Amino acid sequence: MSEEHYLELCDSPVQFENASSVNNVFFDEANKQVFAVRSGGATGVVVKGPDDKNSIAFRMEDKGEVKCIKFSYENKILAVQRSPKSVDFINFMPDLPHSEFSQECKTKNATVLGFCWTSWNEIVFITDQGVEFYQVLPDKRSLKLLKSHSINVNWYVYCPETSVILLSTTVQGNVLQPFAFKCGTMSKMSKFEIELPVVTKPAKIILSERDIAVATIYGQLYVMYLKHHSRTGNNPGAEVVLYHLQREGACKRSHILKLNTTGKFALNVVDNLVIVHHQSSQTSFMFDIKMKDTDSNLNIHQPVLPARSIHPYKIALTGPAAVGSQTPVPCELYSSTWSVFQPDIIISASEGYLWYLQVKLKPVVSLLQDKSKLMEFLLRRRDCKMVILSVCSQMLSRGDKGSLPVVAIVFDKLNQVYKEYLEAEQSYTMAVECGPSRGSTAHKRPVRTQAVIDQSDMYTHVLSLFTERKDVSHKFIIAVLMEYIRSLNQFQITVQHYLYELVIKTLVQHNLLYMLHQFLQYHVLSDSKPLACLLLSLESTYPPAHQLSLDMLKRLSTANDEIVEVLLSKQQVLGALRFIRSVGGHDNISARKFLDAARQTKDQMLFYTIFRFFEQRNQRLRGSPNFTPGEHCEEHVAYFKQAFGEQAFIKPVTL
Amino acid sequence: MLMISPRMATGMQEKQYTPSLLNFFIYNPKFGPREGEEEKKILFYHPSDVEKNEKIRNVGLCEAIVQFTRTFCPSKPAKSLHTQKNRQFFFEPEENFWIVMVVRNPMVEKPNKEGKPPTIEYQEEEILDTVYGAVLQQCYSMYKLFNGTFARAMEAGGVELLTQKLEKFFYRYLQTLHLQSCDLLDVFGGISFFPLDKMTYLKIQSFVNRVEESLSLIKYTAFLYNDQLIWSGLEQDDMRILYKYLTTSLFPRHSEPELAGRDSPLRPEVAGNLLHYGRFLTGPSNLKDPEAKFRFPKIFVNTDDSYEELHLIVYKAMSAAVCFMISASEELGREFCEQLDGLVGPQLTLLASDICEQYNINRRVSGPDKEPQFKFIYFNHMNLAEKSTIHMRKTASVSLTSVHPDLMKILGDIHADFVRVDEDEEIIVKAMTDYWVVGKKSDQRELYVILNQKNANLIEVNGKSTYFVLIPRIGSKVKK
Repeated sequence: MSEEHYLELCDSPVQFENASSVNNVFFDEANKQVFAVRSGGATGVVVKGPDDKNSIAFRMEDKGEVKCIKFSYENKILAVQRSPKSVDFINFMPDLPHSEFSQECKTKNATVLGFCWTSWNEIVFITDQGVEFYQVLPDKRSLKLLKSHSINVNWYVYCPETSVILLSTTVQGNVLQPFAFKCGTMSKMSKFEIELPVVTKPAKIILSERDIAVATIYGQLYVMYLKHHSRTGNNPGAEVVLYHLQREGACKRSHILKLNTTGKFALNVVDNLVIVHHQSSQTSFMFDIKMKDTDSNLNIHQPVLPARSIHPYKIALTGPAAVGSQTPVPCELYSSTWSVFQPDIIISASEGYLWYLQVKLKPVVSLLQDKSKLMEFLLRRRDCKMVILSVCSQMLSRGDKGSLPVVAIVFDKLNQVYKEYLEAEQSYTMAVECGPSRGSTAHKRPVRTQAVIDQSDMYTHVLSLFTERKDVSHKFIIAVLMEYIRSLNQFQITVQHYLYELVIKTLVQHNLLYMLHQFLQYHVLSDSKPLACLLLSLESTYPPAHQLSLDMLKRLSTANDEIVEVLLSKQQVLGALRFIRSVGGHDNISARKFLDAARQTKDQMLFYTIFRFFEQRNQRLRGSPNFTPGEHCEEHVAYFKQAFGEQAFIKPVTL
Repeated sequence: MLMISPRMATGMQEKQYTPSLLNFFIYNPKFGPREGEEEKKILFYHPSDVEKNEKIRNVGLCEAIVQFTRTFCPSKPAKSLHTQKNRQFFFEPEENFWIVMVVRNPMVEKPNKEGKPPTIEYQEEEILDTVYGAVLQQCYSMYKLFNGTFARAMEAGGVELLTQKLEKFFYRYLQTLHLQSCDLLDVFGGISFFPLDKMTYLKIQSFVNRVEESLSLIKYTAFLYNDQLIWSGLEQDDMRILYKYLTTSLFPRHSEPELAGRDSPLRPEVAGNLLHYGRFLTGPSNLKDPEAKFRFPKIFVNTDDSYEELHLIVYKAMSAAVCFMISASEELGREFCEQLDGLVGPQLTLLASDICEQYNINRRVSGPDKEPQFKFIYFNHMNLAEKSTIHMRKTASVSLTSVHPDLMKILGDIHADFVRVDEDEEIIVKAMTDYWVVGKKSDQRELYVILNQKNANLIEVNGKSTYFVLIPRIGSKVKK
C-alpha cells in the first residue's frame, strides 16, 4: 500500500517557530521565506529561507501589528505593512542607514490591500482603488512613483515567477485584470472573465481569492480556478478550470480538470503536474494537462491516477514539550491548519513546518498500466531518467507474450525526444558556426533534460544487461535489439557502433551467423572499420565473414591499407597488388612488404612476378630498376639472384 | 518412350533433338549382394516399364563403373560417364545410396536419299557435366526437403516405405524436369534477393519478430517479395532448396490462376475492421469454406543435425509472401489458421504496399530502366545471391533465356574452368557474330557478361568489362 503513495512531503522541511498568540507567521511567496514575528518585531523577527540554512534574525521597533512583511530580492530592503495606508521600509544593505522610512499610498482614501516586490528595489502597492508601482531609493530613504493605475480591486493574486499580478474587479469579483511588471515598466494585459457556476444574488462578491491560483505549467502561465458546483444541481462534482494567460492576446479557457467530487480543495503544481488536495477524503488528485484522454472531449482531463493520500510523514517533536524525547510522531496530513502556496509549498503554521510537495515516480509505474501512457507521462517529468530506464528493463525482463509492439512504442517515444534534442543541438551548433552576424536572436544552447535517453544510456542501463540474461530467449533478445535499431533509424538517428557490436555478439553467441550475414547484406549494420575488424575476427567460425569484411572495407574507401594487409595475410599477394593498383596507390607501397609476403608463399613464380613488378616501378619512378637502400630489399635481391640468376635482373637503361 | 522435341530445323528436313531424360534410377548395392537378388538393389527405376533384366543390367553396369573408377581415386568417385549416345551421372547422396541419371545427348537427324534411314549425329560435347550434375543433386535435395533422408525412411519403415516414398515423389517430379532448358543457373542454385532500403527491411524484421512472438508455434519464417528473398530464418542450404521449390513450383502454380482472373486476389478479405488481401497458398484455399482442409505440406530441414519436420505454411498478400514453419508435431486447425489470417493478413497487406512504394521510389532515384548494352549473370557463393539479366521470368514449365543456347554453353564452359582452379581468374571469349563473353571470378564471386558489339577488339572488351566491377548490391541506399 505504501508503494502507492505517489506524493510526499520533502525530507528536509523548513522549520520555524510555530504560530501563537505572541508569534505571528508570514510567508513570502516570492522569496519563499517564512517570517516569525514575535511581539510585532520587538522581541525578534526570524526569517527562514527556502533551504533553511541562512536564516536571518533581527529586531525592529514595535510600531503596531504587522500585517505583511517581505524582503525585496536578495534581502536588500525589508518592507513592512502595519497600517492600512502606508508601508514602512528598512534598508538591509550594509553602509546604509537602517532607520525606517515610510510611504503612504498616493490615492486618497484608498486602503492598501498588500504589496509585492518585483525586483530588488521595485515594489507594487495594491490598494482597493488600484495599483501603484514604485521605485525604492534606499540611499535617499524615499520612493519614486513610476506608474499607477486606478481600478476597483477586491483582492489580488501575485505570481512572482512571472511578476504578474492578478486583480479581482467588478462586484462579483470574477473579472480578472492582470498586470505584468518588468524592469520599471508596468503593462496592462487583457482582462478576462471567469465563468461562475450560478449567479444567485448579484451585488455580492462570489469569486473568492481562495479559489484562484496562478502557476506556470509547461512554461505557460495559467490561472487555475477551482469551480465548485452547487450541490443542488446534478453536477458530478467540482472541477478545476485552467485559463491560459498569454502576454498578448485574450486569456482563453484551455483545460478542465474533472474532480468528480465535492468538498474543500487546495491546489499545488509540482513538476508541471496539477495536484488537487481534497480535504474530506484526505487524498490528492494528479492531473497532467498534456495527457490526452482519447475517449473524452478536447482538453477535459480525468486524473492520471486514482486519488491517493500523501505519503505518511513523521515529525520529531522538539521544543519545550518534548525535551529529550526525539521519537517521531505521525504528522496530521490534510490538516485544516495547513496553508497551501504556489507552486508546491505546504505550510503548517501551527507546527512550524514548511514542506515542498514532491511527486514520486516509482509508484506511478505500478499504478499506470498502459506502458505507452506511462512513458509519455514519465518523459515529461523532471527526474525521470532512472525510472524510465528501470521501466525499460522491467518491461524486457518479463518478456510477456505480445510485448514486442509495446516495446516498439516505448522505443519510439524515447527516440522521439532524443531526436528532438539532437536536432535542437544541431541547429544550435550550426547557428553558432554561422556566427553572430545575423544574430539579433541570441542562440540558446538547448537544455538536455533527463528525458533525453540516448543510446549510451540504453546500452549501459538496459540493453547490455538484458542481452546477458539467461532466462530470456535469444529470439526475443535479438527482436528487441532490432526493434531499437529500427526505431533509431526511423528517427534518422545514427546508430552507435556498440549497439551493432551487441547485436553481433548475441548472434555469434547463438551461432546465428546466417542471420548476421543477412543483416549485413541489407546494411542494417552500417559500415565501419571497427565492424569490419570484428567480422574479420569471426572468419574462423564463419568463413563468409571474410568477404563481408573486405566488402565493407572497400565500401568505406578509407581503408585501403587495411585491405592490403588482409589480403597479404591471406597470402593473396597478387590480389593485394591488383587492388592497390586499382585504387592508384601502387607507387607508395612498401616493396619489402610485398616481397616478404611473396617469399612466404614459397611460390617461385609469384616471387618472380612481384619482384619484376617492383623493378619496373623503380625504373619508372627513378629511371633505374635497382632498389634503394632505404627500401631494405637486399635480402630479396640476393634471393632473386640465387633463384633466377644474374641475367634475370632488368638491365639498367644506359644512354 | 523417348521424349523428343525438335529444337530447330536447319536445312531441308534436318531435325535437331535436345537432350532428354533416358533413365533415372536409385539403388543401394548393399541390398542385394548375392547373385539372383540383384533386383533388391533397385529402389526406384524410371521408366518403370523397362524389362527387369535390363534394369538389373543397367544398375550393375553403373555399380561396376563406380567400383572400378574408385580404385584410381578413392576420395572422388566418378561423377559422369560420357558415351556417344548418352551421358550418365552418378551421385551418392547418402552412404551406399546411388542416384543415376542417364541423359540422351542432343542429336541431329539428317535425311538421306529416299529409302535410306536418316543419319543420326550425336552432339556428345554439347551438354555439360556441371549443369546436369547439379540437376541430379537438386533432385535429391528436393526429395529430401519433402521426405527427409533415405536413411530415416529406412529406419521408419524399411525398404518398403522408402520405395513407396521414392515412387510417389519422383513419379511426378521427373515430369517437371526440363533438361533442355537447364543451364548455369542450375549449377549455382542461387537465391535472388530483393533490393530494399534499410528502413523497410527493418520494418519487415519487426513484422517477422512480432508474428513469431505472438504465434509462438512458429519456428522459422521466410519473407519474399516479387519471388525474391528478403529474409530467411532457415539456414542457407535449406533456404536454397525451399526457394527453388517456391519460385519454380508453388508461386508459378498460384500466379497463373491470378493472371487468368480466377481466384482474383483483388477481392480483399475483411478481418475485424481491416481490409486485407492475405490468403494461404498452402493449406486452406478459402477459410470461409466449412469444408476447408487444414493440411499443410511437410518439409524436412537441418537434416544433418537436429532433423526437423515442419509444416510449411505459405501465406501471401499482394506481392509479399511469407513462409511460416511450424513443428510437424503440432496440430494445426481452423482456429490457428484464422488467428494467423487475422494477425498477418492486415499487417502483411500494409507492408506489401510499403515495399512496393519504396521500391518504386528507389527505381525512380536510380533512373529509368535503360536497355543495357550487355547482359550478365552474377553469383556469389558466400550468400548464394544470384542475379541474371539473361533469364526471363521462370514459370513452372520452362525458364526462358534471352540469349542463344550456344552462348549459355560458353558460360557453362567458363564456369567449369573456374571450378578447376582456386585462384581469381578472368576469361574472355570471342563467340560467333560479334558476341564477346567475359567471365570473372573474384574471391567467391562469379560474373559473366555477354557483350554484343560490332568489330570490338580484345582491348575494348577488356576495357568495358572492367566497368562490371560494379557488384550488384542487395541493400540499396535511398538518396535523401
